[in-house]
Amino acid sequence: MTLSINIYRYNPEKDKFPYMQSFEFEKPKRDIMVLELLNQLKEKDPTISYRRSCREGVCGSDGMNINGKNGLACITPLSSVIKKNKLDLRPLPGLPVVRDLVVDMTEFYAQYEKIKPFLQNDTPVDIGERLQSPEDRDKLDGLYECILCACCSTSCPSFWWNPDKFVGPAALLQAYRFIADSRDTKTAERLQSLSDPFSVYRCHGIMNCVSVCPKGLNPNEAIGEIKSMLLSNKSNQNIITSDKAG
Amino acid sequence: MSILNSSNISTLEFDVLVIGGGGSGMRTSLELAKSGLKTAVVSKVFPTRSHTVSAQGGITCAIASADPQDDWRWHMYDTVKGSDYIGDQDAIEYMCSEGPKAVFELEHMGLPFSRTANGRIYQRPFGGQSKDFGKGGQAARTCAAADRTGHALLHTLYQNNVKEGSNFLNEWFAVDLVLNQLKEVTGVIAFSIESGEVAYLKAQATVLATGGAGRIYSSTTNALINTGDGLGMSLRAGIPAQDMEMWQFHPTGIYGAGSLVTEGCRGEGGYLINKDGERFMERYAPNAKDLAGRDVVARSMVLEILEGRGCGDEKDHVFLKLDHLGADVLNAKLPGICELSRTFAAVDPVYEPIPVVPTCHYMMGGTPTNIHGQAFKISSSNDEYIPGLFSVGEAACVSVHGANRLGGNSLLDLVVFGRAAGIHINQAMKSGGGVADASKDDIDKALHNLNILNESSSGFEVSTVKKELQEVMQNYFGVFRRGDYMEKGVAALNDIREKIENLHLKDKSAAFNTNRVEAIELQNLFEVAEATAISSLQRTESRGAHAREDYPDRDDENWLCHSLYDPTTKILGKRHVNFEPSQVEAFPPKVRTY
Repeated sequence: MTLSINIYRYNPEKDKFPYMQSFEFEKPKRDIMVLELLNQLKEKDPTISYRRSCREGVCGSDGMNINGKNGLACITPLSSVIKKNKLDLRPLPGLPVVRDLVVDMTEFYAQYEKIKPFLQNDTPVDIGERLQSPEDRDKLDGLYECILCACCSTSCPSFWWNPDKFVGPAALLQAYRFIADSRDTKTAERLQSLSDPFSVYRCHGIMNCVSVCPKGLNPNEAIGEIKSMLLSNKSNQNIITSDKAG
Repeated sequence: MSILNSSNISTLEFDVLVIGGGGSGMRTSLELAKSGLKTAVVSKVFPTRSHTVSAQGGITCAIASADPQDDWRWHMYDTVKGSDYIGDQDAIEYMCSEGPKAVFELEHMGLPFSRTANGRIYQRPFGGQSKDFGKGGQAARTCAAADRTGHALLHTLYQNNVKEGSNFLNEWFAVDLVLNQLKEVTGVIAFSIESGEVAYLKAQATVLATGGAGRIYSSTTNALINTGDGLGMSLRAGIPAQDMEMWQFHPTGIYGAGSLVTEGCRGEGGYLINKDGERFMERYAPNAKDLAGRDVVARSMVLEILEGRGCGDEKDHVFLKLDHLGADVLNAKLPGICELSRTFAAVDPVYEPIPVVPTCHYMMGGTPTNIHGQAFKISSSNDEYIPGLFSVGEAACVSVHGANRLGGNSLLDLVVFGRAAGIHINQAMKSGGGVADASKDDIDKALHNLNILNESSSGFEVSTVKKELQEVMQNYFGVFRRGDYMEKGVAALNDIREKIENLHLKDKSAAFNTNRVEAIELQNLFEVAEATAISSLQRTESRGAHAREDYPDRDDENWLCHSLYDPTTKILGKRHVNFEPSQVEAFPPKVRTY
C-alpha cells in the first residue's frame, strides 16, 4: 500500500511562495516514527530540511505540525497520525519559516529569557548543597521536564496574536518552575514582572498547550497558579479590571 | 556559488571560542562569562538540543549524602580500576577531589536534584562503585535528578549562561580549524546554518567541546548529531587522537531502537535475564553481579546470546527485568525509562521486561589534553602543547576513563574539566598568552574542504556512504574484535575514503542546508572511524572495552599505556600513563574482577 506524504516546502532563495510537495511512500511493514519517515524521504530528496537531534523525545528539536496537531516527529508513531493513508507535515504554526519544516524560534526564546529562567538566591552557602525537602522538590515535577520544543506556544492562538507581549505557555511554565522552587527568593519580583495585562492574562484557557505537550506537562495549570498568586496581591487586581484590550 | 577565500568571507574576532554547546562547552563558557573575556559558544544546535540532554542516571561524586563516610579516594580507586589502569591518575585524582565542589555549584545554580528525607541530594548505586577501596561492598554515589539528570544539568547550565550573558552563535557549524605557520590554532572556519554565511571565527583560544561520535556505528545510544566534529577537524589538521580503540558499549540499549536505558535501573534493583529467566550476571560477576563494569556486563550479554540463551525469535537480545520494583518506585525513580520503553519497545516495565542489547554509547578516547584542557601532541617522546587549542568533555581524552568509563563519570568529567579549562584560559589570557595571526593562505587552506564540497557536481551520495561506513564499524569493530576481521574492516575503510573525498553535495543552497551539514558530519565520522579502526587493530591485547578474541589477556608489559594515533602517518604510537597523583599513593595495576 502507498501512503501519500505531503510536506510543506519553502526555500527562500528560489520559492516566492511556500507549497505542499507530495511524496509517495510505501507503507512500512513495522510501525515507524514520523522522524524515521522523514529521514527515509530525505535519503531520496536531500533538500528536505528539518531539525532533529536526540531522536527519542528529550531534546525538543523536531517539533512540527503533524496532520494538524503539533508534536515531536521522533516519538509520534506513523500509525497514530496517518488518516486515510495521507499525512501532512507542516512547520510549527505562528513563527516565521526559515525553510521547509524549520521555523525561526527567536521570539519563542526571547520570551523564555524574559522570565529570567534561572534560580535566584543571593544568600551564600558555606558548605555543601542547599537543603530541600522531598516534598518541596516534588513541586518541581511536571515543570522542570520542559524540553523547549515550542509545540505548546505555537499551538496557542494568544501566542500567535501577541508573540512579543504574551509570554506563552512554555515560558510561563518555566516562570512557575522557579516560583515553585523553595530555593528561589525572588517570587515577588517574578510575579511583579508578569503583572501587566499581556504577559499572563492573554491566556484564556484554550488548553491547546495541554493537549499537544509531548511530555504530558500542563502549562495551563501552572498559568492558573501564577494567576491566583497575582490575584491574591490586591494591587494587581486593578490590572484585570482596567484591561480593555480584550 | 563562488570559490570561498580569505577576502570574500568575513572575520569575527573573539578572545575565546568554545565549539559545542553541550555540558562541557557550556560549563567552560560559564566560567569565561564571569571573566569578561569576549567569548562565543559555537553550537550546531540550540544548546539544549545537545546530547548531554540524554544522560539519565546521574553524576557520580563523593558528596557523602547516601553514606556520610564516603570518600573521594574511594571514588578514585573505583575509577582507576574501572579504567583498567590506563586512566591518568593525576586527572582522576583531580576529578574525584574537585568533584564535590563542582556538583554543589550545580545545585546552587538550581539543578533540581532528587532529595533524601533529610533534604540532601539523592544518590543511587551505579556499576563499579565500592566503599573502602573495593573492600566495603557496593556504594551509592551517583547524584540524580530522577532519571533525567542530563536534561536537568544541560538546562541548568544554559539557564546560568543566560544569566551571565554568554554569547552564543547558535546553529553555526564549525568546518575546519585554522592553523598559522607556527602550527598554532587561531580559530575555525564556520558557517551559519540558517543563512549560509561563511566566516573565519578568529580567537586566541579555541576549545573543542564537540562531544562523542557514536554515529560511526549503526547501532548507538547517541543522538543523530554525535558525529565527532571536533575530532574530525583536529585529525584533518594532523593533530593526534588518544585511545581511539576504546569505545564503550552500554549494556542496555533498547533492542532495535538503540535508545539508552540507564544503569540506574540496575542500581535501583533491576537485573538482566536470559531466555530461561536466569539472572546470568551472577555467573560472570559473583560479587557485583549486574553492577559490574559496563564492559564486563556487555561482554557477558553477548556471550549469553552467542551461546544460544538470547531472548526473542532471533535469540539476539536479553531482558532487563524491573517489574519486581513495583509501579511506585518505577514512577518516582525511573519515569523517563518507563516513557522511553513504552514508546520504543512497546513494553511497560511495570509489567514486562525491556528487551535490551549492548549498544555503542561512549568514546573514551579523544584529543589528548592535560587537566587544564590544553591539547598536545608528542614531539621526541615529550608532550608538546598546541598553542591555542583546548578540548573538554567526551571530545577530549584527559584521560579519566582509560579503557572503560564508569557510569555517572561522564557528567562529572564535563563539569569538572569544563570548569578547569575556563579557569585556566582566564588566567592564561590575563597573563598575555596568545597566538600569532593566520595568513591569507592559512585561511584559504582551511576553506579548501568546504570549497571542494560546494563545487562538487557528481560523486557519492552522503546517506549511502554513511550507511556503508556504519556497517563496517558495526561488523568489524564491535564488542568482540579479531585481527583478521579488523584487517578486512581497515581495507573496507580504505575504499570508503575515496568516496568520502568525492561526496556529491546535491543541494547547493544557502538557507538551512542540512545536506551540507550532513556531508561534513560524514567526513568527520570517517576520520574518527579510521582512527578507531587502526588503533583497534594495533593494540594487541584485551583491556577494558577493547576485547580481542586473538589476544584475550591484558598485557601490562607491552600495553600499560595510552595509544596515540597520528593521522598524518596513520601509525599508532604509545604514551605513558600517569601514575603520579599528588595527594594519595598511586593505585598499582591489579587483576580486575567484580
